[in-house]
Amino acid sequence: MTEPILEVSGLVKHYPLTRGVLFKKQVGAVKAVDGVDFHLDAGETLGIVGESGCGKSTVAKMLVGLEQPTAGRIRYRGEDITRLSGKALKAVRRNIQMVFQDPYTSLNPRMTVGDIIGEAYEIHPEAAPKGDRRRRVRDLLDVVGLNPEYINRYPHQFSGGQRQRIGIARGLALRPEIIVADEPVSALDVSVQAQVINLMGRLQEEFHLSYVFIAHDLSIVRHISDRVGVMYLGRIVETGRDAEIYDHPTHPYTQALLSAVPVPDPEAREHRERIILAGDVPSPTNIPSGCRFRTRCFKARERCALEVPLLAVPAEFRGTRGPAAHDSACHFAEEIRVVPPETGREHGNGPG
Amino acid sequence: MLLEVRDLHVEFRTRDGIAKAVNGVSYGVDAGRTLAVLGESGSGKSVTAQTVMGILDVPPGRITGGEVLFEGRDLLKLKEEERRTVRGAEMAMIFQDALSSLNPVLTVGDQLAEMFTVHRGMSRRDARARAVELMDRVRIPGARERVKQYPHQFSGGMRQRIMIAMAMALEPKLIIADEPTTALDVTVQAQVMDLLADLQREYDMGLILITHDLGVVADVADEIAVMYAGRIVETAPVHEIYKAPAHPYTRGLLDSIPRLDQKGRELYAIKGLPPSLTAIPPGCAFHPRCPLARDVCRTDEPPLYQVGDTRGSACHFWRECLHD
Repeated sequence: MTEPILEVSGLVKHYPLTRGVLFKKQVGAVKAVDGVDFHLDAGETLGIVGESGCGKSTVAKMLVGLEQPTAGRIRYRGEDITRLSGKALKAVRRNIQMVFQDPYTSLNPRMTVGDIIGEAYEIHPEAAPKGDRRRRVRDLLDVVGLNPEYINRYPHQFSGGQRQRIGIARGLALRPEIIVADEPVSALDVSVQAQVINLMGRLQEEFHLSYVFIAHDLSIVRHISDRVGVMYLGRIVETGRDAEIYDHPTHPYTQALLSAVPVPDPEAREHRERIILAGDVPSPTNIPSGCRFRTRCFKARERCALEVPLLAVPAEFRGTRGPAAHDSACHFAEEIRVVPPETGREHGNGPG
Repeated sequence: MLLEVRDLHVEFRTRDGIAKAVNGVSYGVDAGRTLAVLGESGSGKSVTAQTVMGILDVPPGRITGGEVLFEGRDLLKLKEEERRTVRGAEMAMIFQDALSSLNPVLTVGDQLAEMFTVHRGMSRRDARARAVELMDRVRIPGARERVKQYPHQFSGGMRQRIMIAMAMALEPKLIIADEPTTALDVTVQAQVMDLLADLQREYDMGLILITHDLGVVADVADEIAVMYAGRIVETAPVHEIYKAPAHPYTRGLLDSIPRLDQKGRELYAIKGLPPSLTAIPPGCAFHPRCPLARDVCRTDEPPLYQVGDTRGSACHFWRECLHD
């Protein structure tokens, strides 16, 4: 096996909570990310799903260097990038780029599209010689399906889907190896969402990109990902290949999450069993002892309050080679199929 | 029929000209039934709802035609004063963003109690007791204590429950919910939709659910109306539309969502963008994006053709779409 392109181990981000003005005293911490491990192979897509506040966006920010981790390592091609600075850091950053969620606020309204995409070349002048930059920006616009003639337009002259294409073009400008996309389609309408997802799939093949795809929409994550990690309150609770997670989930949180997704199939209404979780996600300043999911878990027992479950293949599946044998951080892991096959019409290619 | 909207037209004056937001919309809902109004942004689904509720901003909005019949009475002909007694007591609305719909400087108990003091003339003490009852009914734990808290002290799901409690307070006959769970996480979304469905059953209310989420629709709706560019392009009982859509737009939408039960190949993507409401294409508004479009689609606006006994499709070639 080849070395993964990105390897994250023990990643932690705590934001301190302080009291007092002059003598700031730390009274606690928001544990946004609290020990995350994963790897990303070249050319693959790792999907990270989780609800708001689970820390998935903070992970994204640390990957691209917008936030400094409190602890842990991020290795890019074997080299720990959390300790780099200056030139070495800049060189690495060229290879890990980000696409943001909100196409309305992530583009500077006073800059033309050409300047927004071309800004990357100002920061990394070695990426493209000066005389060549406009041409490259035009090429990029063409690649993401926008008219290259639009190079002098401003963001407000574009629709949401087109703006997200601009964001993707900016992410591609430096020809990175890795793109971290944080909810790249959640602000878009359904019909436009499909266009952008297809575009990302096409670009991945064309440029041999590796994606970390962060989203809360489980259907979209399945569609685009080779492997999936499910996050809850700062940790990955279950991870595996897409079919392992979606068809053979063993962690109760994943099961509840999947069972709650509304499926576009009215026939499924009657024979579908919902696992409705009690209550809300606990505050990340006050994480429950033992298993952090136990306060909402329908299976929780005494052991769950005492012992932190590790993210590993659960003992009962270790012997088998079946799809349930994937990492799941639960003391009482058990396979439950919660996603029924849809009964409706076969998925078509649209009308005509 | 509890509520019937007939041939409603609404437009807005904008800098770029007249935006035709609603162009001849008709739909209806019976007591105890759920009508889902499905559409993307700019389809006119929310403007129609605001007109029904009587909360459309006029100006810049202008109702240029149509009727909104509530138990046979045309609400558009009522004076604002009469309208106000209908709103809240007879019909109520739930919005997407609970945080900005609640008053941040009043406790939730005060806001709930106000419904009873203003509309029912209750004493403050009685109203307060009713507020606690209501919070219990929408399953907010520890209602007696939490009634004294402010909106920001509640989570998103709990705030949406408070919105539902306010809408339910006067036991209206009709509830209009505009994207009630869009801002919520899936596990919380499931809780809230469950609650709404239970209350609807208990009180035999009519529910108009406005959403862009085909999954939510499949879960709760009886009837569905699909909107595009201010018109209804397809109506049908929910089971039929998912099996065999009779309009190319509906079909495109269904084919463009990724599936949860299997890993997909390339998604079908409806080409192009929804039209600007200041320049809706002539003929069928969907024709520039439609793979079935022919010359007649560019010139003649399709009426809502009757499809079988229970359905309607505004497509000249609905047969082709249905049987393909």
